[in-house]
Amino acid sequence: MLEARHVSISFGGLKAVDDVTLAVRAGSITSLIGPNGAGKSTLFGILSGFLEPDAGSVSFLGQEVTGLAPHRICRLGMTRTFQIVQPFAGQTVRENIAVGSHLHRAQRKVALAHAESVALRVGLAGRLDKPARDLTIAGRKRLELARALATEPKLLLLDEVLAGLNPQEVSEMSPVIRSIRDGGVTVLMIEHVMQAVMNLSEHTWVLNNGQLIAEGKPAEVTRDPRVIEAYLGRGAAERLRTSGNEAHA
Amino acid sequence: MLELSILFPSLLNGLTTGAVYALIALGLTLIYGVLHIINFAHGALLMIALYGVFFLNAKLGLDPYAALPIMVPGMFALGYALQRFVIGRASHGKDENILLATLGLTLILENFALYAWRSDTRTIETPYTFSTVDIAGAMISTPKVVAFFGALAATAILLAFITRSDLGRAIRAVARERRGAKLVGIDVEHVFAMSFGIGLACLGAAACFLLPAYYVNPQVGNGFVLIAFTIVVLGGMGSFAGALLGGFIIGVVESVGGLWLGESLGQIGIFVIFIAILLFRPQGIFGART
Amino acid sequence: MKTLCAILVLCGAVALLPAFVSSGVVLNLVIMTLYATLLGQAWNILAGFGGQYSFGHAAFFGTGAYASAALQVHFGVNAWLCLPFAIACGAATGALVGALSFRYGLRGSYFALVTLAFAEVFRILANSVKFTGGGVGLLVPLKSSALDFQFQGKAGFLYVILVLTLAGFLLSWWLERSRYGAWLTAVRDNEDSAAALGVDVFRVKLQAIVISAGLMAAGGAFYVQYFHYIDPHIAYGPAVSVEALLGPIVGGLGTVFGPLLGAAALKLLGELTRNLMGDAPGVSLMIYGAVLIAMVTFLPRGIGGLFRRFARAA
Repeated sequence: MLEARHVSISFGGLKAVDDVTLAVRAGSITSLIGPNGAGKSTLFGILSGFLEPDAGSVSFLGQEVTGLAPHRICRLGMTRTFQIVQPFAGQTVRENIAVGSHLHRAQRKVALAHAESVALRVGLAGRLDKPARDLTIAGRKRLELARALATEPKLLLLDEVLAGLNPQEVSEMSPVIRSIRDGGVTVLMIEHVMQAVMNLSEHTWVLNNGQLIAEGKPAEVTRDPRVIEAYLGRGAAERLRTSGNEAHA
Repeated sequence: MLELSILFPSLLNGLTTGAVYALIALGLTLIYGVLHIINFAHGALLMIALYGVFFLNAKLGLDPYAALPIMVPGMFALGYALQRFVIGRASHGKDENILLATLGLTLILENFALYAWRSDTRTIETPYTFSTVDIAGAMISTPKVVAFFGALAATAILLAFITRSDLGRAIRAVARERRGAKLVGIDVEHVFAMSFGIGLACLGAAACFLLPAYYVNPQVGNGFVLIAFTIVVLGGMGSFAGALLGGFIIGVVESVGGLWLGESLGQIGIFVIFIAILLFRPQGIFGART
Repeated sequence: MKTLCAILVLCGAVALLPAFVSSGVVLNLVIMTLYATLLGQAWNILAGFGGQYSFGHAAFFGTGAYASAALQVHFGVNAWLCLPFAIACGAATGALVGALSFRYGLRGSYFALVTLAFAEVFRILANSVKFTGGGVGLLVPLKSSALDFQFQGKAGFLYVILVLTLAGFLLSWWLERSRYGAWLTAVRDNEDSAAALGVDVFRVKLQAIVISAGLMAAGGAFYVQYFHYIDPHIAYGPAVSVEALLGPIVGGLGTVFGPLLGAAALKLLGELTRNLMGDAPGVSLMIYGAVLIAMVTFLPRGIGGLFRRFARAA
């Protein structure tokens, strides 16, 4: 469904994304993990058209989309959310979601009704007429998800949609994400919340310093020494292994 | 087509005007660099300063250059108060608010001047108003030559102050990293007000140098606002060197443009430059691309 | 629906006014209030709904005014026919300014300054070119027939400005409940989010400035018919740009009635000032400047916002 081939981008001499190649299978929930500053959101920016890569190409549904404007990519069926949520602050939850609904609906009433149904799926039904700025962080994350969902995408790029949520909120959101996939939407998520990554995603890519260092099933990848070192520092994998051996001994 | 004998004086005139423009633009740059305010009222405030110099001369017989010790601190105090009590309160952190608040200030100042002093254009006469200085064959009016050196001196003092003094360091700290400056105990509100005050002090000095060779009426501010912004944008927002260089460039463009196209049409060159820079190279000559 | 009724009732009431009031002074006051409303409506579309604050809206006003005046003076074209032409010229100017500014990503203060620069450029050009009469301006020949867009009494002008402001009201009403309006306010509130949701930000902004400029140009054409005269300072000077933005800021940005509320409040304030302080030059504008600062500091949602706050608390 989505393919990135040898994508790279630099900012003022710093390579933020370095020769990344990945392919997202239709109908899957996959994830992109890595320590802070690894370039995950930057990669999302490239995939969704907000950034133009210095090298490489991106294709979606067999079509070249490298460098296409974000709104065009959205219209083709790929919608992204933002890590730092950016609601339309002065507007209500319903009006916020309706902006997404309007992508495929021209009539205001129809879009507003659709917004309501999307809010229901995401658990925002009770807050439809609240101004977006009055929502809690969890509420805003749901709104971000709802808006993107309202565009009826084929591929959803979720950027840390679970960040800042407490464990209960996370366990409330996970089935929502799964039901989105079950409804026919492919999901690629950037996540730090490992619980969700392990439970939800079938395949994971690990980014560190802009480079893809590992990929595979989450359970395998998190045991990969290179991945452990990326998160915990050089030698950590060895230390963990020896301390693990000692514990068993 | 343009003989040197005509072009040369025009160039020199442009440079003298440019020095004063640079001083005006420096104040604006300081205000923008530190407070991130686009001070729309800069022109109107210059106009008030010019009236200040005018009345000091008309009522007290004070020579404009001798008025410097009054105008500079006076304008500084005005600036400090304005930022502390009016503009700072109005901003609420929003760009548009500051734009509108400074617009409101412009309206008040310009129309107060209109109400209090009518729309007549005023000039002052000093013993040296009509004398000229011979520079390599070009006759440049004395007030303009004094303005040139005076503006440069004021600029040098300002830059020295910014780079060497404690307050200057605090100002640069706040300009670069507002929150961090607050965290290390710098009174940011105070620094804002000081910066605005210094910015207006520049206007006070500029007015003293400008009036002998120029004039004042309630509307003069309008012309200066866009010119000042053009310079700041040309040189690069927040760059002092840029404001200096930009001032000279614009001064010369205006002078030579006026030669070529006639005085009113010549001003078009400035605005076209302004639009072009904003569109094609918004960081200006020295600014960094964010 | 309520809003639409309110609009129609209001306009209906004004339409009936000449039947009950014959005082030229009162009618003139109403006309000038509606005229200020029209300018405010135009500015409000781009700034209130679209979030792009222009400080040089006179660029569009003046173009409409000159287009109409020049066609009449130089080519003897009927004044009514000049109106759509003026609107088209204004809209084209809007397209030019918008295409350049938005293509290069100008926002916030930079956009405001660029629009001011454009207005200044036009002013200087108008001042120097024979077609616009140079510094002397253009005097539109006095005619006395309604067929020539000039009227004996004020009533005719009242109806014309009423129709124009009605158009402005309907446009704003449409923005509040259409897909385009939803896109426009999304762009105003957060461009990146809007783009991520499929909104063509550039196109939406461009359309907004074209509509706004066209409406503003209509105001310019009306001005020429009402006052018979236009010159570079009136057409492109800061006064018109300021008049356009004061109303919506005072009355409430991004609302249907904000421009009217603001225009009416400011006119009232102006009249009060005139009664108290005589016709001294600059006094009312000084007060407007103070009002602007006060609004921005204390009442960012304008008077309309106050009403809404009371309505919600009640």
